[in-house]
Amino acid sequence: MNAAAIQQYLDFAYIIAVVLFMLALKWLSSPVSARRGVLAGEIAAGLAVVATLNNPELVAYKWIVIALIIGAGIGIPLGMVKITAVPQRTALSHAFGALSAAMIGIAEYYVGLSHLSRFEMGEIGMEVIIGSLTFTGSLIAAGKLQELLPQRPIVYKGQNIVSLSVLGASVVLAVALVVHPEHTALFPIMVIVALVFGVMLVTPIGGADMPTVISLLNSYAGFSAALLGFVLNSKVLIVAGALDGSSGFVLSVIMCRAMNRSFSNVLFGAFGTVQTSVKQSTARPVRSASAEEAAEILDAARKVIIVPGYGMAVAQAQHKLRELHDILTKRGVEVSFAIHPVAGRMPGHMNVLLAEADVPYDRLVEMDDINPEFPRTDVALVIGANDVVNPAARFEKNSPIAGMPILNVFEAQTVMVIKRSMNPGFAGIDNDLYYLDKTLMLFGDAKSFVSGIVKELNAVAAGS
Amino acid sequence: MPADFISNLYVFILAGFVGFELIKRVSPLLHTPLMSLTNALDAIVVVAAIIITGRHETALSTTLGAIAVAASFSNMVGGFFITDRMIRMFKSGKAKKS
Repeated sequence: MNAAAIQQYLDFAYIIAVVLFMLALKWLSSPVSARRGVLAGEIAAGLAVVATLNNPELVAYKWIVIALIIGAGIGIPLGMVKITAVPQRTALSHAFGALSAAMIGIAEYYVGLSHLSRFEMGEIGMEVIIGSLTFTGSLIAAGKLQELLPQRPIVYKGQNIVSLSVLGASVVLAVALVVHPEHTALFPIMVIVALVFGVMLVTPIGGADMPTVISLLNSYAGFSAALLGFVLNSKVLIVAGALDGSSGFVLSVIMCRAMNRSFSNVLFGAFGTVQTSVKQSTARPVRSASAEEAAEILDAARKVIIVPGYGMAVAQAQHKLRELHDILTKRGVEVSFAIHPVAGRMPGHMNVLLAEADVPYDRLVEMDDINPEFPRTDVALVIGANDVVNPAARFEKNSPIAGMPILNVFEAQTVMVIKRSMNPGFAGIDNDLYYLDKTLMLFGDAKSFVSGIVKELNAVAAGS
Repeated sequence: MPADFISNLYVFILAGFVGFELIKRVSPLLHTPLMSLTNALDAIVVVAAIIITGRHETALSTTLGAIAVAASFSNMVGGFFITDRMIRMFKSGKAKKS
């Protein structure tokens, strides 16, 4: 077979891969068909890799094989991490994807140096800048999520101006390379400046804004791959990159809406300006209760909604919550979980943790579907969530979180909040929910408090 | 503007729209697996990395290519692996009882 005929077979394999990519995403629409979606993706990827290994342009396989083995050696452990480590793993994989796209762009630049057109130079410049900044930005995000770096936002005066100037500098260097391609020394400087910008982009971002940032980095990683497809004239890369990029984009938009932030606010990295306004509130009286009292109230309820937040993940309370769900369900109480889109550190974080703890997914209800249920709910149990249940978002126009969609926990007949102390949440604002007459504060560690409640309920069940 | 660019732009815009419509339909339950799955699909850049490495043009291009192969292939393997693990955890109440 001649090279042209082989090339046609390869193109055909890539077309099949592209179709399977789209089916994979389509089947992800429901948990029932989702596994089929993963399988479609795996077949597509396998097909594309095997086809590429048969490309007649390849002359040496040694380094390919070594690199594939190393890649598998890194990838398999990263696929086996604990579910609680999924947010940092995801950030790390965005870093790897962007690193890969940037490396290929840089290699293309040096290989094609003598014959690059200005247009191609522009494409490579853009691709390498986005790839590089996504690489370092994602590494910082992963470091924050792994708590190797402080989760709090690191901010200084004039930060946005400095950061945007650095981004501007790398774009100016790219433009300079298009106009004067002979100044090849500018290229590595452009790469370094873009890498620095990535660090500056994510450092000022606090932990609670991570769902938006991780989605945005996902989008950048996808678009850098699509741009690479333009550079290499590879349609399979363009499609995969566009799918990944639009996925990250859609998720960022959903996260922005769930925090009532504008999209430009996110794009320019103006996060974390909110929590500077810590209000010193005078001590107001709250009602607190013990595990025994909480168990009695829950046992008397007909309908209970549990509202988990990042605090649940930190305390690893999800397994105990499933026990609570099981025993209450057994005693005839209707239990569901209310999931706010930005609860946790990445989109869907709470769902995955609770699913791992064996909570049936039909008990996990989205914000818009569960909000009408609160007035008919006997007990709302808030565990490790704060700003997403703060009524100030709805009723106080001057609140830093004004307009943010919240779970209407305050409409339930009784509210119980498990919390370590009265410290305010991420936004640094007091939560009026805690001072309502119908609210009971359950002070303590989430996991041990829930297990205390479960123990009491078991005792009641054994006695009856 | 090269002719290739125009046809690539068509592909990009169409794929972007398809992606947008497909992602909107993904259940919010599965947003975490969605992210790891699209990440694994995005790791298809490994095909470009393989070609750069295997052409063996300069020491630099082979080195950069090999780094890219390792980085993207780790995403491919790890991404599918963890997505499948997460999706298997999602059980409905009915399936659990049976």
